[in-house]
Amino acid sequence: MTTMPMLSLLTLLPAVGAAVVMLCGERASVARRVALGFSLLALGVVLVLWSRFDPSVAAMQFEERRAWVALLGAEYRVGVDGMGLLMLLLSAVVTPLAMAASWKVKERAPLYFALMLLVESCLFGAFTALNFFHWFIFWEIGLVPAYFLIRLWGGARRAPAAMQFLVYTMVGSVGLLLAFLALFQAAHTFDFTALAAMAHSGQLMPAVTAKLATHRFMPHHVAMLVFAAAFLGFAVKVPLVPFHTWLPDAYAEAPTGTTILLTGAMSKMGVYGFLRVLAPIFGAQMVRARTPLLWLAVATIVLAGFAALAQKDLKRIFAYSSVNHLGYCMLGLFAALGATGAGAANESAAAMSGVLLQMFNHGLTAATVFLCIGYLESRIGGLRGLDDFGGLRKTAPVLAGLMGIALFSSLGLPGLNGFVGEFLIFKGVFPLAGWAASVSVLGLLVTAVFILGVIQKVFAGPVTARVAAMADLSVRERVAIAPAIALMFVLGLCPQLILGTVNTTVLQMVQGWVR
Amino acid sequence: MNWMHNPLLTMAMPEAVVTATALVILAVDVMGLRGAGRRARFAVAATIATVGAAAAGVVLHHGGMGCVLGGVLTATPLIHFVQAAILALTAVALWSAVDTPFTENAGEFALMTLLAAVGMMFLVATADVLVLFVALELVSLSLYLLAGFDKRSARSAEAGLKYFLFGGMSAGFLLFGFSLLYGLANTTRMTALATAVAGMGANPLLLVAMVMVVIGFGFKVAAAPLHFWAPDVYEGAPLPSAAVIASVSKVASFVAFYRVLTLALPAASGEAWRHGAPGWAVAVAAVAALSMLWGNLVAIAQTSVRRLLAYSAVGHAGYMLLGIVAHTNQSLQALVYYAVTYAVTTLGAFAVVAAVEQQTGGDTLADFEGLSRRSPVMAAGMMVFLLSLAGIPPLAGFFGKFYLFTAVLAMPERSLGLIWLVVLAVAMSAVSLYYYLQVLKRVYVVEPAASAGEMTVPLLRRVLVSVLALAVVALGAAPNVLLRFIVVQ
Amino acid sequence: MLAGTIYISMLGALVLALMPRSARNAARWVALLTAAAGLAMALASFAAHRDGALFTITRVPWVPQMGIEYYLAADGISLCLAVLTGIVAVAGILFSWDVELRTNQFFAFYLLLIGAVYGVFLSRDVFLLFVFYEIVIIPKYFLIALWGSTRKTYGAMKLAIYSFVGSAMVLVGLMAAWVRSGGHGTSLEALAAGGYPHHFQMVAFPLVFVGFAILAGLWPLHTWAPTGHVAAPTAASMLLAGVVMKLGAYGCLRVAMTLFPEGMGPWGHTVLGMASWRDVLAVLAVVGIVYGAMVAMVQRDFKFVIGYSSVSHMGFILLGLMTLNQVGMSGAVLQMFSHGLLAGLMFAVVGRMVYARTHTRDLTELNRMDLHRLLPFAAFAFVVAGMGSMGMPGFSGFVAELMIVIGAWRAFPVLAMITGVGVVVGVAYIWRAMQRAFFIEPGVEAQAPHEPLGAITLPEKLGTLLLAGTSVVVGLYPQVLLNLIVPALNAPIFEPLRRGVWQ
Repeated sequence: MTTMPMLSLLTLLPAVGAAVVMLCGERASVARRVALGFSLLALGVVLVLWSRFDPSVAAMQFEERRAWVALLGAEYRVGVDGMGLLMLLLSAVVTPLAMAASWKVKERAPLYFALMLLVESCLFGAFTALNFFHWFIFWEIGLVPAYFLIRLWGGARRAPAAMQFLVYTMVGSVGLLLAFLALFQAAHTFDFTALAAMAHSGQLMPAVTAKLATHRFMPHHVAMLVFAAAFLGFAVKVPLVPFHTWLPDAYAEAPTGTTILLTGAMSKMGVYGFLRVLAPIFGAQMVRARTPLLWLAVATIVLAGFAALAQKDLKRIFAYSSVNHLGYCMLGLFAALGATGAGAANESAAAMSGVLLQMFNHGLTAATVFLCIGYLESRIGGLRGLDDFGGLRKTAPVLAGLMGIALFSSLGLPGLNGFVGEFLIFKGVFPLAGWAASVSVLGLLVTAVFILGVIQKVFAGPVTARVAAMADLSVRERVAIAPAIALMFVLGLCPQLILGTVNTTVLQMVQGWVR
Repeated sequence: MNWMHNPLLTMAMPEAVVTATALVILAVDVMGLRGAGRRARFAVAATIATVGAAAAGVVLHHGGMGCVLGGVLTATPLIHFVQAAILALTAVALWSAVDTPFTENAGEFALMTLLAAVGMMFLVATADVLVLFVALELVSLSLYLLAGFDKRSARSAEAGLKYFLFGGMSAGFLLFGFSLLYGLANTTRMTALATAVAGMGANPLLLVAMVMVVIGFGFKVAAAPLHFWAPDVYEGAPLPSAAVIASVSKVASFVAFYRVLTLALPAASGEAWRHGAPGWAVAVAAVAALSMLWGNLVAIAQTSVRRLLAYSAVGHAGYMLLGIVAHTNQSLQALVYYAVTYAVTTLGAFAVVAAVEQQTGGDTLADFEGLSRRSPVMAAGMMVFLLSLAGIPPLAGFFGKFYLFTAVLAMPERSLGLIWLVVLAVAMSAVSLYYYLQVLKRVYVVEPAASAGEMTVPLLRRVLVSVLALAVVALGAAPNVLLRFIVVQ
Repeated sequence: MLAGTIYISMLGALVLALMPRSARNAARWVALLTAAAGLAMALASFAAHRDGALFTITRVPWVPQMGIEYYLAADGISLCLAVLTGIVAVAGILFSWDVELRTNQFFAFYLLLIGAVYGVFLSRDVFLLFVFYEIVIIPKYFLIALWGSTRKTYGAMKLAIYSFVGSAMVLVGLMAAWVRSGGHGTSLEALAAGGYPHHFQMVAFPLVFVGFAILAGLWPLHTWAPTGHVAAPTAASMLLAGVVMKLGAYGCLRVAMTLFPEGMGPWGHTVLGMASWRDVLAVLAVVGIVYGAMVAMVQRDFKFVIGYSSVSHMGFILLGLMTLNQVGMSGAVLQMFSHGLLAGLMFAVVGRMVYARTHTRDLTELNRMDLHRLLPFAAFAFVVAGMGSMGMPGFSGFVAELMIVIGAWRAFPVLAMITGVGVVVGVAYIWRAMQRAFFIEPGVEAQAPHEPLGAITLPEKLGTLLLAGTSVVVGLYPQVLLNLIVPALNAPIFEPLRRGVWQ
């Protein structure tokens, strides 16, 4: 255990960077370099943390505790376990990629990069917080820079897209806040671990219903209501169908760097929320609602997949694809939660390992795919329709090749990182909820179809006039994308690198669920 | 009975000093100063008057307490205080007349004013209704003359005449009431009257007498519905006269009114509201309520500042009458405090109005526009005076109202019977802020009309207004300074 | 030492009144130094009395005949509000650096107002509190009538009369209380121990509470507030919405609730579902929250949005007071502090940064100017202020509103839910105003303003930093204020309140 408040410093670092960027003057070239520097510095810190992390310990590490507002049960408590550390790593990896995609932003670049750094700060804060009070602060504040990133630098329909993004997420947050207020009335604490312990021992919900049952609701209805309110907050963020309708517009209208942040890291806040907050505290309710939840997950996977198939805009295709990929995470979680029977523990463990892996891998892959789309956009003057491209592999083979790798990873080709997570999820879910897994396979198939379609339309085929004029990747761009591609291979062949770190966490999680 | 006159003379020495001063002023003015300028003549008169008043004050201070001839004249600390206040206020009023050109006859003016002061001193000191009537007549006649003193102005003559007609009629009522009381009690001594009246119950003659007395005094203090003379007199009379009528005479009248009712007719006071029993308290309460309503509501519509002050005076009379309705020691103390500070404030307000009138020739709201630029001292003084009248702390008017209303609430013992009157009073105070702010808005917010030139206010007037304003602030911030002297046993 | 805040402000006002009209720069600096000195004194006392207990500053007899004393004392609540006054005062002067017309008189009235406000917060004698409370009315009138904008004379008069009527109600209650308690004295302790009969309190409580609550913007007696705030010049709006409205709420807590606690008890019968004055006032507070928010949503004038937002936020404070539990009431006091800062900042942005430059407050016209390009700092300041105002976590408003909602949930669950709706509408109208005022609709042609807009000056930036910074500090570490507020609420004088539903 280190005595330096590493996590707090890590969270503060990008915010400081944002201030420095704003003070650095008006020149875009200075701003982006400073910003990139700070994000790489953050990555370095996370890697240090990774190296110092002890994978065999199940409890929170690098923990910091400080009394804050006693009257509200609010305490400043941060710490990471395997899952949290993984998310930190993801955020730290995705942000430089997002900045690389934003290299060509000229107008008010310092503000742009400062806002990006603020988002990263909020991500770090949310992934390390262990008390609802400051977790919620980061969750909410993160919306504001994201809103402005979309609103000020986005596409033609950025205003309604940004507003929708904001409104949806805020409404969800309100539900979340109300649920936690109800929990606070009962438990007088906002601490996640304490609440989870109370829930595990069966004390939490009776206390909640005791406080609220003065109204004409039955006790278990009260518990479900509170759960539903909290569920709403996270379901909007992931997003789960049918709360996803904000996403395609937001992802499409946002500038590509912002889309990378959104899909690479911010969407994981939702899944993380399910794992850190909902499952431990509302586990019993989730088990009761298992079937509807599984249906939601399946619907997300399948419907999003088919929707992606119908799109003509590259960004929209991969927006829906993101929804689809995260649906697998949800599937794995919901199936694992209600696991019963012999061997359930193993299968749940497999599913959850898959979920965590998928979170990271999808983040990495989606970021890379959008980065490539960004490169395409910048070469073709902002167009991103499927039909605008053709025969790219002849004109820009390197770009085509690297993008192809990323696309195959997204598809789930064995040997690349995208495969392992999905494999583990299905491995775990088939025994636990066979019907859901079977239907979800449709999602896999559809994904294959539309990705191959993209490859065919964009890379193969006759070279269109516009594509003929496109240059290949510059040195700088290759340097930016190469590590991501390399990581895809590495993780595809050695997923142990991640699994080793998160294993203990997964086992502890699963142990809590299986009785 | 030679030796009986000595106590009378001793008791009446202050009044004698003032009368002598008045005659001296007249003599000096007639004989020596006919050729001098108006201002010099007034200054000399005011100086001599001040000296005389100071001397009378010294005599008062050394004078003993007690009563003479069974109540023809009495002396208590409270009476001495009121008399001292009358003297001081009269002196100030004379000084404010120095800069106001309305007549050349300084001596006669000073004489009339001082004679009115003498009358007031007797008015508050007597405990015999007949002597009271004579003193009241002395005051009234002097004031009628003062109201009509500006021979060049038709309005002044009109004011004087109206005042005289109204005053004469209500003096008649008062005398008739007193004669009925004499008929019932066979004495004019107030204490003896009290004993005689105590056993009378609801005698119709007594009730008639009480109503007459209330009418008579109601006129004097300008309470509705007997106030109709006030707007015209305030508007038409020359400013120093109006100042005296509005300030000093009110102090004396209220105290005299209180004394008559509580000394002569205490048993017939009746409980206002509680049992609806007949008594003068009910009548006074009704008059008070009407005054508060009428005065404040009509003041809103006024465009002439003098008339506005007149109607506001009606409203303030209403508040002060509440002190009489309550008739406790505390309410008397509050009433005297209120009346004295009200007099100071009114003197100041009239001084400012005089300054403005001298420059623009009129006293409408429009003439006050931009006063803050034309004369900051006058404007600041006006703000102090009007806000004190409105009842804004920490000015004297606020404490006066607070003390008075609290004293009213405290009577009868702890049962808040008069709460509705107090609520009405407080509500009307809130209304009054509106029209006072209208004047102040003109003074401070509106820019002066292009035609309004530079305003030169004589130093004396500026000093006077400043001193009065400071007094209002000081008396409000440290009311104890004044309250210590208002001793009610 | 803390009383120095009052005296130095009044002295500063006097000095400024006597200065010549042309000495503008000197006037500004005198005002700023005076206000800064006041703030320093308040902060020094704040640091010295961290435990929130009551301490006497001065106590001398004033009018012995009535038992009135010049009695100044401060507990945790008073200290917090004194610090708030100091901060808003300094910020207001910074934002009024450009006043050219009669500068010395402007700051004289301003400092007089500040001195009287300090006086209200520090008075422990109810008569003295009332004196200071009334003194506030006159400088307010002149600040608006002389230096205001839209319908200034009407707005000023309406504000003055409403305030005076409210004070009149309080005066009647005060006098009745003094009489009823035996006339021993007017200090808070003496009047609180008055032993008033139940039926007396049932009448006196609503009278005095509503009298104070008029100034606090209780619905439906709030109509003076939007008119007055819009008419007022920027610094006056900041003070009015930021501090003076809090005087009303403070009076409600310090006087009405302390002297007549039984007045909040049940009547014994129900009217429309409400069983006590407490219920009635809580309902009115919530109506104010929702009504203020909804009306703010449809305003075309930028300043009116903020004006109605003040009404909405004051509703939170009144609701918090009515919860009668520790969390709710602490939240109410915290909201007084928080809203004081944020309302001040919002009016500063709208009035000084935007209106003084663009000479328009119409949201449609502002939208066409795409102000976030021309005045990026103003946009940033408003975003920060707006986030705080809507209850974004990390700012003081979030903690305060959270505590009030928690308290309300315990006392009035249904009302708490409606309040939640109000919070959501709050987000909506702030966001709408921010969007429309600063960010042009995509696709609309930008129209440059008629004259070039001046850059944001250093005093404005400092003022923003002061207000926003304090809000963030309190938002992240509310304990700094709660350490004073909670012990103050636990003081013996609030014992009768606690015997109710305290938790």
